[in-house]
Amino acid sequence: MTASATSSLVHARGLTKRFGGFTAVDAIDFDVAPGESFGFLGPNGAGKTSAMRMIACVSPLTGGTLRVLGMDPLADGPRIRARIGVVPQQDTLDMELTVRENLSIYGRYFGLPRSVIAQRVDELLDFVQLAERSGDQVEPLSGGMKRRLTIARSLVNEPDLLLLDEPTTGLDPQARHLLWDRLYRLKQKGVTLVLTTHYMDEAEQLCDRLVVMDKAKIVAEGSPRGLIEQHSTREVLEMRFPVGVQEMLDGRLDGLGGRVERLPDRVLVYTDDGDAAATVAHERGLRPEMVLVRRSSLEDVFLRLTGRSLVD
Amino acid sequence: MAAPAARVLEHELLVYRRVWRGSLFSSFLSPVLFLAAMGLGLGSLVDAGGGAGAGGATGAALAGVSYLTFLAPGLLAATAMQTAAGESTFPVMAGLVWVKSFHGMIATPIQPADVVVGKLTYIGLRLLLVVGVFFLVTVIFGAVTGPGAVLAVPAALLTGLAFAAPIAAYSATQRDANGFNALFRFGVIPLFLFSGTFFPIEQLPGILQAIARVTPLWQGVDLCRSLALGTAEPVLTLVHVAYLGTMTAFGVAAAFVTFRRRLVK
Repeated sequence: MTASATSSLVHARGLTKRFGGFTAVDAIDFDVAPGESFGFLGPNGAGKTSAMRMIACVSPLTGGTLRVLGMDPLADGPRIRARIGVVPQQDTLDMELTVRENLSIYGRYFGLPRSVIAQRVDELLDFVQLAERSGDQVEPLSGGMKRRLTIARSLVNEPDLLLLDEPTTGLDPQARHLLWDRLYRLKQKGVTLVLTTHYMDEAEQLCDRLVVMDKAKIVAEGSPRGLIEQHSTREVLEMRFPVGVQEMLDGRLDGLGGRVERLPDRVLVYTDDGDAAATVAHERGLRPEMVLVRRSSLEDVFLRLTGRSLVD
Repeated sequence: MAAPAARVLEHELLVYRRVWRGSLFSSFLSPVLFLAAMGLGLGSLVDAGGGAGAGGATGAALAGVSYLTFLAPGLLAATAMQTAAGESTFPVMAGLVWVKSFHGMIATPIQPADVVVGKLTYIGLRLLLVVGVFFLVTVIFGAVTGPGAVLAVPAALLTGLAFAAPIAAYSATQRDANGFNALFRFGVIPLFLFSGTFFPIEQLPGILQAIARVTPLWQGVDLCRSLALGTAEPVLTLVHVAYLGTMTAFGVAAAFVTFRRRLVK
């Protein structure tokens, strides 16, 4: 066995998942090191959730090798699941039970003694800021509160590895920031996180390292900053033109920057000096409705690698 | 029961704790209404028509007891079937699709087979409660012939489980609740009406009588009734128990497969 296979919390080589004739995950390789925060970034349908379900030992792999916490998911599923926490894409909370009951019954699923559960539940309710709602039923809670409860529930067994599938999808910005703050604290405590997301800002905020997935394959790997440096320029000049004008710009954008991307609603010019490019554009007589110079993001990396936007 | 399955049962009981008052009340009310309307009301006509003790035609068909006493154990078995069907359809769909609580369970050391065993054990306890209350009501109505009648309780429990296990297995193959309507309309209700619950199947024309005899509910009805009235014959009793026991075992085995297919993919 290689060094990465023994020291990694998750070790995958040629990991493949097929549903009938459809290949959801196509021979991907990755490792997750202890204490690291690792992300799968990609659009819907890229295979992120299928990869996560295999790591969570609730979906048998079709091909390749997978080791989770040094064990084989097919042979040791219950032993692995005893040591991981899972935040699924859709909440599986018991709507009829109270906030506290949801946490304590989940602790029972792991076979924890009631005394241990009682203490942990109090700590977890404080951590996710739901202590004052502990006796309330789950049904009327807001989406953000339910999500925080799901995260608390996933921590009840003090997992070595926490899997989060689209942790903030569908939440309003305030709820997302609160959730990111909680996850960031977990990361500071040394909890190993593996998460999937199609939000580039989420990946940038939370991931030490990530893989970009597209059509069942990994198309790039690195730190958020490293990926941006490797696949994009320092700055991006964004211009939006009045309706109909963008189609008649042939040639007038050439040489403005290293690369020009035309999206349906705007033009992106990749350059190390956005202001300079904007000045040149102005000198050429281009009169966009909107001009914005910004730093490159993972969105630009994804666009570069796949020719498409992350969120469509 | 293995420890993980016991935790699934613990979950089911925790959820039941929220609704137990209403549930207990309806478990009590339902037999009261049925035995009053059918047993006493309709029964007075039946008994007057043939004369229960008089050895008339009806009396012979009803094994020489009042219609109420004849009806009660049959209705006990039929109630077990209905409770089982109710508990192994919509609540299973809730665990798999609507609430997804089963998906939450299998993200822990709990396996799909534990979910099956825990859920069916819970249904068994629910059945015991329902048939226990039903039997008490029967006693209050004076519709038992002797202490041996209490044997109808475990018989009804077995009847319920023989339905619960295969129906739970079936439910785990369904995408939504549409299939349940057909199950109740073409399965549960015809069985309820024509499996000897309300009248002896000897009243049915030949071919229908033969069909009724092989239905699982008739097996349960006849088991409960013969035990309750003290007319049970050893061989036929054994056949009933073996039939219902086999149906339960096959249902559990099928549920192991369908739950796993549904939850682990």
